[in-house]
Amino acid sequence: MMPEFSLQPMPWYIAGPLIGLMVPLLLVLDNRQFGISSAYRHMCAAILPKDKFSFFSYDWKTQKWNLLFVIGIVLGGYLASLTSVEGYSVVISEQTKLALGEWGITDFSGLIPTEIFNFSFLTTPGGFIVMVLGGFLVGFGAHYGGGCTSGHAISGLSNLQLPSLIAVTGFFAGGLLMTYFILPLILS
Amino acid sequence: MKYILAGLFFGFVAVKSEVVSWFRILEMFHFDSFHMYGIIGSAVVIGIISIQIIKRFQMKDMKGEQISVGNKEMTPKRYIIGGSIFGLGWALVGACPGPMYALVGNGYWIILVPMFFAFLGTMTYGMIREKLPH
Repeated sequence: MMPEFSLQPMPWYIAGPLIGLMVPLLLVLDNRQFGISSAYRHMCAAILPKDKFSFFSYDWKTQKWNLLFVIGIVLGGYLASLTSVEGYSVVISEQTKLALGEWGITDFSGLIPTEIFNFSFLTTPGGFIVMVLGGFLVGFGAHYGGGCTSGHAISGLSNLQLPSLIAVTGFFAGGLLMTYFILPLILS
Repeated sequence: MKYILAGLFFGFVAVKSEVVSWFRILEMFHFDSFHMYGIIGSAVVIGIISIQIIKRFQMKDMKGEQISVGNKEMTPKRYIIGGSIFGLGWALVGACPGPMYALVGNGYWIILVPMFFAFLGTMTYGMIREKLPH
């Protein structure tokens, strides 16, 4: 039997500071600013014809670190899966469980709801909106807004940037609108 | 190699602290738990202290060059509109870009779908950005 504590997530007061340390780590390594969404931009720059679009006209090879970094994240996710225990589930609050239950979510095992994130649900309007439109908005919005959670909420706020505070406010405005008004329509 | 290791460390912590979990993100947007706020908040506190130290002591990076942390341009429109669009997607997928990579590594292949469309969203933005208000 696995001891009880192994089912607990890494507590916030350990995970938060460790994630915060990514900021000085990348600066000290090579004067790089922590930010993840740019990797998509570099991939576009790598495959699109040069000088066709100004946004993608730069030497992506100078930003190779970002691509190596996201490869590392994939490997980190794999490493974490090796330490996962049988029957693992994310222990969220009862109120959230009730709210998600109203959307028809009954399976709380694993890291994401497999009732929504599966290939057959993908072919339904709800699944299409969640995975296809959701993904599109993340990529489009992150570049329109000049950064994602890592670039603005962690890096930008760490450097006391007002633009990042505005962007993070936008993240929550969009997220709350989706959570309270749009997702209930899509899922229930 | 050092960047792969840095990413690996981040990905591992992100999974172990459940930052990558759709359930945690939706719990955060329902204001039902302190977990996510604690993580983002304490990460920012450590980040602020680190950057202040780096600036105060004019530290150099490992190549011996002065570390400079640039300021972001103050163009409010793009942060408000782009940020809100990102937020809509964030609550749908329940994961921001970093965690999506970690979930795929964790074995959730289905996340390759939102990732591919995040890539297409990026490409679309880059192609039409001149027409958008910034």
